[in-house]
Amino acid sequence: MTAATRKSRDGRTRARLFSSTGASLVRIASSLAITFFGLLLVTFLIGRVLPIDPVLAAVGDHASEQVYERVKEEMGLNLPLWQQFFVYISNVVQGDFGTSVLTSNPVLEDIKRVFPATLELATLATIIGVFLGVPAGVFAAINKGKWPDHIVRIIGLAGYSMPIFWLGLMGLLVFYLKLDWVAGPGRLDAFYVDFIEPTTGLMLIDTLIEGDMDLFWNAVSHIILPASILAYFSLAYIARMTRSFMLEQLSQEYILTARVKGISETRIIWHHALGNVMVPLVTVIALSYANLLEGSVLTEIIFAWPGLGLYITNSLLNADMNAVLGGTVVVGAVFIGVNMLSDVLYRLLDPRARR
Amino acid sequence: MRKLIAGLVLGTALATAPMAAQAETPKNALVMAFAIDDLITLDPAGMFEFTALEYAGNTYDRLIGFDNDDVSKIYGVVAESWDVSEDGLTFTFKIRDGIKFASGNDLTAEDAAFSLQRVVLMDQSPAFILGQFGFTADNVKDRIRATDANTLVMEVDKPYAPSFVLYCLTSGVGAVVDKELVLEHEKDGDLGAEWMKTNYAGSGPFVLNKWTPGESLSLTANEDYWDGAPAMKRVIIRNVKEAASQQLLLQKGDIDIARNLEADQLASVKGDENIKLLSKGKGALWYLGLSQKNEFLSKPEVREALKYLVDYDGITETIMAGRAQTHQAFLPEGFLGAYNENPYSLDIEKAKSLLADAGLADGFKVTMDTRNTTAVMSMAQSIQATWAQAGINLEIIPGDNKQTLTKYRARQHDIYIGRWGPDYQDPHTNASTFAWNPDNSDDASAKPLAWRNSWNPGDMTAEVDKAILERDGEKRAAMYVDLQKKVLENGPFVIMFQETEIAAMRDNVNNFVLGPSFDNNYYRFVTKD
Repeated sequence: MTAATRKSRDGRTRARLFSSTGASLVRIASSLAITFFGLLLVTFLIGRVLPIDPVLAAVGDHASEQVYERVKEEMGLNLPLWQQFFVYISNVVQGDFGTSVLTSNPVLEDIKRVFPATLELATLATIIGVFLGVPAGVFAAINKGKWPDHIVRIIGLAGYSMPIFWLGLMGLLVFYLKLDWVAGPGRLDAFYVDFIEPTTGLMLIDTLIEGDMDLFWNAVSHIILPASILAYFSLAYIARMTRSFMLEQLSQEYILTARVKGISETRIIWHHALGNVMVPLVTVIALSYANLLEGSVLTEIIFAWPGLGLYITNSLLNADMNAVLGGTVVVGAVFIGVNMLSDVLYRLLDPRARR
Repeated sequence: MRKLIAGLVLGTALATAPMAAQAETPKNALVMAFAIDDLITLDPAGMFEFTALEYAGNTYDRLIGFDNDDVSKIYGVVAESWDVSEDGLTFTFKIRDGIKFASGNDLTAEDAAFSLQRVVLMDQSPAFILGQFGFTADNVKDRIRATDANTLVMEVDKPYAPSFVLYCLTSGVGAVVDKELVLEHEKDGDLGAEWMKTNYAGSGPFVLNKWTPGESLSLTANEDYWDGAPAMKRVIIRNVKEAASQQLLLQKGDIDIARNLEADQLASVKGDENIKLLSKGKGALWYLGLSQKNEFLSKPEVREALKYLVDYDGITETIMAGRAQTHQAFLPEGFLGAYNENPYSLDIEKAKSLLADAGLADGFKVTMDTRNTTAVMSMAQSIQATWAQAGINLEIIPGDNKQTLTKYRARQHDIYIGRWGPDYQDPHTNASTFAWNPDNSDDASAKPLAWRNSWNPGDMTAEVDKAILERDGEKRAAMYVDLQKKVLENGPFVIMFQETEIAAMRDNVNNFVLGPSFDNNYYRFVTKD
């Protein structure tokens, strides 16, 4: 084979590769749009079917009937259901989720405010989870059936079965109240709450931007415990999945070949096997990240962490339907987005997936 | 096992070990943990929730105030004094000199008139408090007016008991707002409503610094307050929903006051020498509403029997752990004319014989809509247990507050276990909901609690209407006592407890004031050792 033919064959392969990736991106995008529409429809219907009266949230229990009727009309709730949905969709498309009864702000503005708190917590938790979970899984796999394997499995099992509520309180009791190693509930000490104007909304970054190291360390000492506790749950999942992916890889022929070739065991495990495990692991990590973004409600309650989970729960309890719908749609969109991203990454990382 | 888990969390925590949080709050700042997510507007003309009223009570001056320990002592705040005309229709208030708004503007009678007019014109939830004196959007500018910088004139439509009018002005609608500042932010003739939801235009001892909904509320001292600047330069209220978290923050000294401790937490901080408790009877009542649409509950003997089937002592002592006291009449202790006798106590035999009289010796089956919070659920379960002893099979239907409330307002319940807070300090507020129902049809325009429970109180409706016109204080009080006795005997309400608010605070915090309503929980006298 001449250099020229090899080059042209490479070019064709690359072209085919890109066109197939392009086509699948279109496919992903269109399924994304459909999923998103479905999400809007379902959340809207659930919001309207719930035996909760959103007008009450606005007027309170003691309001007169006249006030009640007027507010109901203002909220557009006396229109037929299909018309309400139409109004809702056309507003959402313009980025308008309505006004929250609870905060008197546009819902989107509220979400912009609360989402960074959740994002910061979930991101740190995922980082901790990956850095501890992946090695733990690998460690368990190479010691399959021996005590390190059992320990990792027990830790994982406990992570699954222990109520996060309890774990959070225990964590506070031990590390905050007794040992005084970390700070308590909240993103900053209560006294500092209005010391910092949000720029990114990420406290760790905002405090650095302001250049206030005291506040930065205060923020770190507040986030470390809830992030560790959340991380524990993703860690358990990531370790378990890593272990099973690793076991699958380690039984493959190429590993045997590598061993026969005399390549060091460390290199085989951390380079050959883990390299291949990384591909399915991306999906696992992405999913657990998305889970943390939407599922940290209890942690947010215990740690008085003013994030999206707390926002949606509180809105739901107070029948603030615009906020509930807006929040749910954002969570759904994040989930869809992360899923799509992991799909794309998967395709890019694993040539076989492109076929 | 536990060690392993701890070790794991610890691993990451270790790295951060040196940066322990600051141990104490500053001497001139008051830091509180409080569930403040009911704070939905900062506008006194629209607010109706507890936190909002507490906020307004500390940041706005009202026309009238009353003594927290003896509510019959009414005094002027923005209004220095007042006169009531011979015919009882015209109230003339003299506005105090020398009050300045935080903006620097002088507070005049014009501001006071504008504030009251604004409440009526905007017609938000609390507007009815003024509306009941005959003010409407059409006439309010004539009937409430400033005749000069120091004189506010208010003309009511009937010769009401003066105390009724004055008590209403002690509530949030009596807050005086800065007319000039509010109108600067008016948009499409909304009287500044949009702006006021999140901003401040008052003259009170504290000034709004920053409100982050669902997160925190921070106030700063008004150094030029006419009645003396507060000792605390800052007040920071952090929204902490979880009572256990509040307890930890308090024990650690990261906050000065925890406002929402529940029975468990209260019991566990009792032994802590660094923490003290302050309690105050509030106006809110816990009661059962018995729908008269239900064939069993509409029998008078059954209603009476149920009043004998509540373990009043057990619930106040264990479930509420001091956060409630037994109170069975519809006016809470502390109100004018309150009837403080509690004729009913747990008596299973008596209840059984009453049920037998009603032809229900074998009991019956009934449901109760119950808000699924710990205290209410526990209360409901205690009631379920005592009722079972008399053969009544009570099914508890748990739901979220708004869910059960929606059902209750639509008259679709059998029994509703609820909490009712008075709207202002006058007895009419509760009389007009527990003992008054001019139209018991499904599409009635007025829907007081009597209506919600499909109860026609008969002559009592007229008596309630008469009581607000009785200008002799003693006679008026006697009328309410009479009404309470009647409702106690025949009404479809098992009124059980009056709420007690408990604030748990660090030992070094002094003079935090809890009043009979959230309007009068004051921060301005607080000092710290």
